[in-house]
Amino acid sequence: MSSLGSYLHRNPRLRLAGLLSAPLLWLVVAYLGALAVLLVSAFWTVNGFTGEVVREFSLQNFRTLVTEEVYRAVTLRSLGVAASVTAICVVIATPMAFFMAKVASAKYRHWLVIAILTPLWASYLVKAYAWRILLANGGPIDTLLGGPGNGPGYGLFATVLVLSYLWLPYMILPIYAGLERLPDSMLEASADLGARAGRTFRAVVLPILIPSVIAGSIFTFSLSLGDYITVQIVGGKTQMIGNLVYANIGAANNLPFAAAIATVPVVIMVIYLVAVRRSGALEEL
Amino acid sequence: MTLSLPARWLLRLFMVLGLIFIYVPLLLVLVNSFNSDRTFAWPPHDWTTRWWSAAWENDGARQALLTSVQAGLAATGIALVLGTMVAFAVQRFAFFGRDTVSLLIILPIALPGIVTGIALDSAWRSVMGDLGIGKGLFSVVVGHATFCVVTVYNNVLARLRRTGTNLEDASADLGASPFQTFRYVTFPLIRSALLAGGLLAFALSFDEIIVTTFTAGPGVTTLPIWIFNNLFRPNQAPIVNVVAAVLIVLSVVPVWLAQRLAGPSAGAGRT
Repeated sequence: MSSLGSYLHRNPRLRLAGLLSAPLLWLVVAYLGALAVLLVSAFWTVNGFTGEVVREFSLQNFRTLVTEEVYRAVTLRSLGVAASVTAICVVIATPMAFFMAKVASAKYRHWLVIAILTPLWASYLVKAYAWRILLANGGPIDTLLGGPGNGPGYGLFATVLVLSYLWLPYMILPIYAGLERLPDSMLEASADLGARAGRTFRAVVLPILIPSVIAGSIFTFSLSLGDYITVQIVGGKTQMIGNLVYANIGAANNLPFAAAIATVPVVIMVIYLVAVRRSGALEEL
Repeated sequence: MTLSLPARWLLRLFMVLGLIFIYVPLLLVLVNSFNSDRTFAWPPHDWTTRWWSAAWENDGARQALLTSVQAGLAATGIALVLGTMVAFAVQRFAFFGRDTVSLLIILPIALPGIVTGIALDSAWRSVMGDLGIGKGLFSVVVGHATFCVVTVYNNVLARLRRTGTNLEDASADLGASPFQTFRYVTFPLIRSALLAGGLLAFALSFDEIIVTTFTAGPGVTTLPIWIFNNLFRPNQAPIVNVVAAVLIVLSVVPVWLAQRLAGPSAGAGRT
């Protein structure tokens, strides 16, 4: 045992290979392999009579995806929801994170971080379910607004609202972490040099804020883009990309077409990740 | 910072409103679990604890809880081993493709869950099924472990960056074998990071529904799947309410544990 240990100690390349082999094997085989199968099966089709998968190369799925109006509409709607959710999260998270990092006292700050963290551990489904009760016809929000039907009810608005609620902590925490690293003395120096609040915000706070916001947005955007559970719970008749994938894999039993639809969020996210790579946001994840 | 007094109060007000927004829905579920009405009559007319005892005796919910714990423990175990290995490789060695490796680890959580789910689903249908390995608890564990690696990796990597290698070098200079050094020096240094990462991995797995939906074989029902299946059944509503309330109360436990282990930043969600 110990001779093997010292042998490994003298051979760093061998040690590195030993450390990397199992994790890479797992990620490449189980994950990239599965993604590859997904991409390949997107080019297969389903025999309309037998329901069997035909394993022959065909562009049919992608042709349908591009030419049929409904798929374009759903893609645009999903993009719109993901962008709105991200924007709402930024608007709510920035002042909260700013208060936590720069206004609250140290002891207070500690408890605020815990208060933001705790709901992250409460189940996703439980939180979506809570909103199903809140928004129900005749539920608490309706009652608050004066009777059944007065609230927003289930639908697209509810979807955006609930997704913003679910992913808000994912935006608060990176912004808070970024602002906490910004020394107070820099803000004071900016004020001493005569900059007003707006100028200080643009010149000092914003450069710190942007990578944090992008880091948070990767989660809020990606999680919203692929969601179909919340949509089913509070979305009413709303359809998003995830719902189409789910419907094609389940009721329609058309795995190849579901795979083709699933490439849409992959392409969008890869473009997004490549676009933000230079901002330094990926190191903040 | 030199903020005007009104600005401070405005920010304070925002913080309070934000916290109300975050906590009111959760409190509502807690209150509603004691609502004696079967339907969500609001405001509640009467209070009862009978749904709590009904939920406790519900076999489906108990079985689902057990399945979730099994899947979570297995996925966490795999994630701990793989995540620690990559963290050591990335922190202690400079090698070609290091950035690609870290991107590869982030990818399962950066891509929407439905992509990971359907990718594993199609791999199982097209490849694993042909090999005679059907879907079951095993496929769920594979799916969960894949996106749990990142939490262990992040925690261990951060710890390794902070501690450096001085202590390990000293241990080797004093004649300890590499295994002794690992056992008496390295492992104690990263132990709390492993606990924090493992806790997060378990919580992620415990909460995961999308990947689970696509990878669970027939008869494999985790707690989130059970909740989702019963969510739209009106006569199950009171029991779903109680299970949801229990999960909210339990969410305090990992935060408390993480606090004791590694300070407030240790529990940062998927990040």
